[in-house]
Amino acid sequence: MSFKKDEKLRLTLEVADLAIGYKSAVIAKNINFNVSEGELMAIVGINGIGKSTLLRTLGNVQPKLSGSIKIEQRELENYPALKLAAKISLVLTEPIASKNMSVLELIALGRQPYTNWLGSLSKEDRTKIKEAISMLQLEELQHRKCFELSDGQLQRVMIARALAQDTTIILLDEPTTHLDLYHKVKILKLLKSIAHRTKKTIVFTSHEIEMAIQLCDKMVLLDRKNNPFGQPCHLIEQGAFEALFPGDAVSFDASTGSFRIQK
Amino acid sequence: MRSRKTYRLSFSLLLAALVVCFGLNISLGSVSIPFSETFSTLVGGNLENRSWEYIIWNYRIPKAFTAILVGSGLALSGLLMQTLFRNPLAGPFVLGISSGASLGAALLIMGSSLFSGFMAFGLLNDISLAIASSIGSFLVLLGVMVIAAKVKDTMALLIIGLMFGSITAAIVSVLSYFTDAEKLQQFIYWSFGSVGNLSWAQLSILLGIILIGILCSILSIKALNAFLLGEDYARSLGVDLKRSRYLIIMATGLLAGSVTAFAGPIAFIGLAVPHLTRQIISTTDHKILIPAVLVYGAILMLLCDTVAQFPNSASVLPINAITSILGAPVVIWLLVRKRRMIF
Repeated sequence: MSFKKDEKLRLTLEVADLAIGYKSAVIAKNINFNVSEGELMAIVGINGIGKSTLLRTLGNVQPKLSGSIKIEQRELENYPALKLAAKISLVLTEPIASKNMSVLELIALGRQPYTNWLGSLSKEDRTKIKEAISMLQLEELQHRKCFELSDGQLQRVMIARALAQDTTIILLDEPTTHLDLYHKVKILKLLKSIAHRTKKTIVFTSHEIEMAIQLCDKMVLLDRKNNPFGQPCHLIEQGAFEALFPGDAVSFDASTGSFRIQK
Repeated sequence: MRSRKTYRLSFSLLLAALVVCFGLNISLGSVSIPFSETFSTLVGGNLENRSWEYIIWNYRIPKAFTAILVGSGLALSGLLMQTLFRNPLAGPFVLGISSGASLGAALLIMGSSLFSGFMAFGLLNDISLAIASSIGSFLVLLGVMVIAAKVKDTMALLIIGLMFGSITAAIVSVLSYFTDAEKLQQFIYWSFGSVGNLSWAQLSILLGIILIGILCSILSIKALNAFLLGEDYARSLGVDLKRSRYLIIMATGLLAGSVTAFAGPIAFIGLAVPHLTRQIISTTDHKILIPAVLVYGAILMLLCDTVAQFPNSASVLPINAITSILGAPVVIWLLVRKRRMIF
């Protein structure tokens, strides 16, 4: 972690003392992290600890309880809706409402923040759409309807849509659920290459801790206490993963960076 | 975005079909008028038979225009509701708008015997009926909008609309239980639906309201397209959810409310036309869909009205029955053929 590298990268997302949840119940608090452009970050933790809630709070889908979320040095709530739409794009777990859309139509919707009142696509819009399609290798699927696609294909389309929105930050909620091992790895490698190539910040929630350790630049571990954050290798050194799960079923092997089932 | 040429072709075909149906509609009716005579009246020629000219200008043409407005208005409101509620089975009846109109009409026709003073003014004519049902549908709409501000979930809103419908139906049946046969018959005639009783003045009022509804829909095109992804995504694309929902609900209310007020409750057009349109125009873009459903709705309503006229006979079938007889099998056919309704 050379000082020079840090200087070059612009901070895009800074979270300090964040508490998330609903009015009636705090789900997680004391969350601190920051991510820069071109970085891939994973949010991991056991079921029900608030990974999705955190991601939805970052994406302004639900309000935070306290603390601060800064997008490019400006508080999230101070962004007007349309400005924010140019900063953050989402890939959520909820299914899209209309599966009758063609792949191309769906990806083109990503350009909405930039189009005129009728939503007509400009030349630049078409270029961005084409770029997103080629980056996700969707050329052959682009005229298909969404209900004809497999889960993995649809996930790629949704990522392409977020990419076409051309935002500083892309947030993805569990982008690898329902996918087999091969497609999980494919999607995560793709996210990494997109982050590095386009200098976008990509944050996703995941249960694939071992893959995240291998692929991510940074990780946040939600553990109901101090929510450790850092580069995966530093987190391993700190022994952060050992405390992630209750000790009765799995244990973490720091030398291989993987979990072992306790017999 | 895909090849504009195909859309242009579909639109030319739709418009041609509209012209043909319009011609068919005005040349057929209880009085048999030769087609050549009808055509020459239209282009401004004089007929030797003055009564034919009178029938065409003062009865058939207003009726055909009413059918066009009714069909277009209901079809568009159906499309708006299916997108807003993300539900392929949504239609103008679902929000309770048509039920509100029925309640207004029922209160005027059957309630007037309970509040007999009202009757003394002889208020019971077509205009007062239109006003009463407009008030009814807008009161329900207002209720729905107040609740929409509190309930975020559109599915809940849909169910609230259905509950409004049930309450209305209950009040109407209580009223019909206590009312006399003559009044009941009058209400039942209204509920049959009709596009035939509008004067040119009433027609222009209906046209004005429907144009406002269409304008609101056009202003909502972008939001409607974003709603296809779901509300969370729409917000992340910079759509002002509250404002867009209000605008779309208002458009729906204006379209469905005014049509029901003037033509009675007409079933299935609002539900079926958007689905039929998606069969011929393969897009989900509302920029294309809105004009398409307007034309398709008009065509279907003209056809239904032509059938209801029962050419060359004096009897007129209730148009609501025709739209249901044609509409229900269409919806079933769509379900069976596609296994599920997608929108």
